Amino acid sequence: MAEHGVAQIWRKIPSMYNVIGNHCTTCDTFYFPPRPVCPKCRRKGHLEDHKFKGLGIVHTFSIVRQAPDDFKTQAPYVVAQVQLDEGPRLTTQIVNCEVTDVYIGMRVRVCFRKITEFGHAGLILYGFKFEPTMKVTGHPDR
Amino acid sequence: MVGIVGYGVYIPRYRIKTTDIADVWGENGEAVAQGLGVFEKSLPGPDEDVATIATEAARNAVKFGKVDAKHIGAVYVGSESHPYAVKPTGTIVASAIGCSTELTCADLEFACKAGTAGIQTCMGLVQSKMVKIGLAIGADTAQGRPGDALEYSAAAGGAAYLIGEENPVATIERTVSVTSDTPDFWRREGEDFPSHGARFTGEPAYFRHVEDCAKLLFRTTGTSVDDFDYFVFHMPNGKFPVAVGKQLDVPAEKLEDSLVVRQIGNTYSGSAMIGLARVLDVSKPGDRIFVISYGSGAGSDGFTIRVEDEILGHRGEVPTVDDYIQRKVYVSYAIYAKYKHTINM
Amino acid sequence: MTVKKRVAIVGVGISKFGELWDKSLRDITLEAGMYAIFDSGVAGKDIEAICIGNMSAGRFTGQEHLGALAADMGGLGHIPAYSVEAACASGGAAVRQAYMAIRSGEHDVMLVLGCEKMSDVNQSEAMRTMGVASDWEWEGIFGATFPALYAFIARRHMHEYGTTETHLAQVTVKNHKNAEHNPWAQFQKAVPLDVVMKSGLIADPIRILHSSPISDGAAGLLMCSEEKAKQFTDTPIYIEASTQSSDTLALHDRRDICTMDAAVVSSREALRKAGLTIDNIDVFELHDSFTIGEIVLTEDVGITQKGNGGKLLDEGLTEIGAKYPVNPSGGLKARGHPIGATGVAQIVELVFQLRGDAEKRQVSGAEKAMAVNIGGTGATSIVHILGR
Repeated sequence: MAEHGVAQIWRKIPSMYNVIGNHCTTCDTFYFPPRPVCPKCRRKGHLEDHKFKGLGIVHTFSIVRQAPDDFKTQAPYVVAQVQLDEGPRLTTQIVNCEVTDVYIGMRVRVCFRKITEFGHAGLILYGFKFEPTMKVTGHPDR
Repeated sequence: MVGIVGYGVYIPRYRIKTTDIADVWGENGEAVAQGLGVFEKSLPGPDEDVATIATEAARNAVKFGKVDAKHIGAVYVGSESHPYAVKPTGTIVASAIGCSTELTCADLEFACKAGTAGIQTCMGLVQSKMVKIGLAIGADTAQGRPGDALEYSAAAGGAAYLIGEENPVATIERTVSVTSDTPDFWRREGEDFPSHGARFTGEPAYFRHVEDCAKLLFRTTGTSVDDFDYFVFHMPNGKFPVAVGKQLDVPAEKLEDSLVVRQIGNTYSGSAMIGLARVLDVSKPGDRIFVISYGSGAGSDGFTIRVEDEILGHRGEVPTVDDYIQRKVYVSYAIYAKYKHTINM
Repeated sequence: MTVKKRVAIVGVGISKFGELWDKSLRDITLEAGMYAIFDSGVAGKDIEAICIGNMSAGRFTGQEHLGALAADMGGLGHIPAYSVEAACASGGAAVRQAYMAIRSGEHDVMLVLGCEKMSDVNQSEAMRTMGVASDWEWEGIFGATFPALYAFIARRHMHEYGTTETHLAQVTVKNHKNAEHNPWAQFQKAVPLDVVMKSGLIADPIRILHSSPISDGAAGLLMCSEEKAKQFTDTPIYIEASTQSSDTLALHDRRDICTMDAAVVSSREALRKAGLTIDNIDVFELHDSFTIGEIVLTEDVGITQKGNGGKLLDEGLTEIGAKYPVNPSGGLKARGHPIGATGVAQIVELVFQLRGDAEKRQVSGAEKAMAVNIGGTGATSIVHILGR
């Protein structure tokens, strides 16, 4: 047995911190969150870890106003499905912008944030959220 | 020669104006802002802390340096607001930037100079060939007791420096330190907010240590003010670094570029390191930079740094200090209090 | 090959739905079961097994092992009894378990129950418990509440098909109007469109009045084989098809978040098994935990084509008296949504409708009926087609 959340958080660290999912080399499909079995190939599938670039677009979103207790200080906040450039969609928060400025098709990139904590004395879960791509002085695209 | 092979900063997006804090306590905001030389300060979002700020800064440093994070052999995070009292922030940062597990790591605390202490530690490890690249981070989400003078300046931000010997973007020519037992500012275990010695934090603390360290650095390197293009001093507010510059006869224009405190406040362990980053962002190859950090308790670390041609090939990949300073949104004191968790929930 | 038995429903019972402060989980479950048994005329000794639909009594009330609880409270002795869970489709799953047990010949007479007691926890705990019906590790933990996930569907549906906030509200208005005449409904009152449209946003674009409430309630069915049915009643209602389909647990893994593929598959399969087309169905109970759910399901079961659910409402085609009456009971929105009870309550309503016992909300001359019970955000779909 482990203290509440400890092992649950620990085993997800690679995926939560660095958007590491997997790739089936049999059917060339990318998965995030990582899957234990390729649902297309099943026993014929071959899954390898894959670190996603962390870039994508907002597929759909909502502004959460009635928030669970551990998200109350953040409310209102945006949760969205982000479609990663490699294909899969994931569920995440969109931060570093006004909640009213998010739109379907918005270009976003991964950032590192606190997701939740298991009470004041408990473990803190860190992980990915997404933010609008920001200005970079001197970048050729800008 | 040992030097900076990559650097990056992170400053949260939220700002509160000095005048808005002053209004809450019935003070003259304009006068406070002018007096302190701090017009607005950064604060962390509700989901940001030293681990997230340090990670964002470190990711920028790795990208700027174009280094493989697996080559980092040491991670030191200096802060006085580590999210855990026990459980190193560095472990989270190292994992989040993709380091190998074959590294040494520890959290440091020396008030506002824990980050520069980390740079010195990394220099030693690199020069002794114990590690190839060391990562030193200074980051804070500084706490000021509501109504205390510190509330006007205690800010959030961080900077990360990769220290190595291969193709540095800036070489570190020399480092020296001074340390003494000077109780100008402290926080006891379990206390939410620090205490300080008010005006005692000035003359016997900040000014004595910064000046002593600067003079020591001039003396050991056989240099003078004229040999440097830029100066960076720790910035507890906008007034102190300017005053210490005057005492050392530093021309105002050589200090100006580092004074990020006016727009973001005192980011504690991040302060001098973000100031240095601001200078590195705008300097030319061949420029020489003179840096003195300060940590209460008390001590100063001094560095002389030379910008190399290498830096030109690294810019434009990650946001600059100014990019972060300009990306901002103002919040009210009520939202500030909520984000800083000074409202009991 | 042996000819499989038809399965009949010979008794129905339902408790009042709502915030039942003075009643416990066992009180309401017993109440619904007793009504169903009395309605059927079956003697307690003839009941061979109990199957209960329940999502999360363990979290909502601290009590699991509901099968034994129900057998014990009902004084039904040593018969087998167990509960099944499929999130919000737990009730439908219980009906289907009994259907399969009877068709297989293992049991001839079964009591089916669905129950949930949700008001004994605070709002935050209720939200968390409902959230586990989604992919908790990859959706809920990031602050994506259950309403937010349905908001994802609504936002995308609006984006792709021009569905409007008015459409989301029209479902509420229709279902509340129907519930006015349902004595068991949590909200027996109409609500005007402008009130719905000005109600508080909980997860944009979803407002509080687009959402089913937190409810307590239970429902029961007495089911038996066709040959036994004649002993108990002159008006048995037959289950003409029972189908179930699954889809990805997380909404973000779906092929298209505006379509519940599981509902498409299970409804087509049900119609095929019953030898019917959608136009043969006289009355529907569709899972409207959020009003966007009803809009999507009217498309997915084939009442209208994809994207046309809003227009269907504009044309009034899903009202009682129109061609495709949907949720004459008031649906989850107005009857209430005690999670595990819902799938059973849908069948109870359709039995009333097919017997001609639905009084002021009666769909006249209804002969065939369809219930669609959805688990999570569409990861489970259970369809039943009933006929008299």
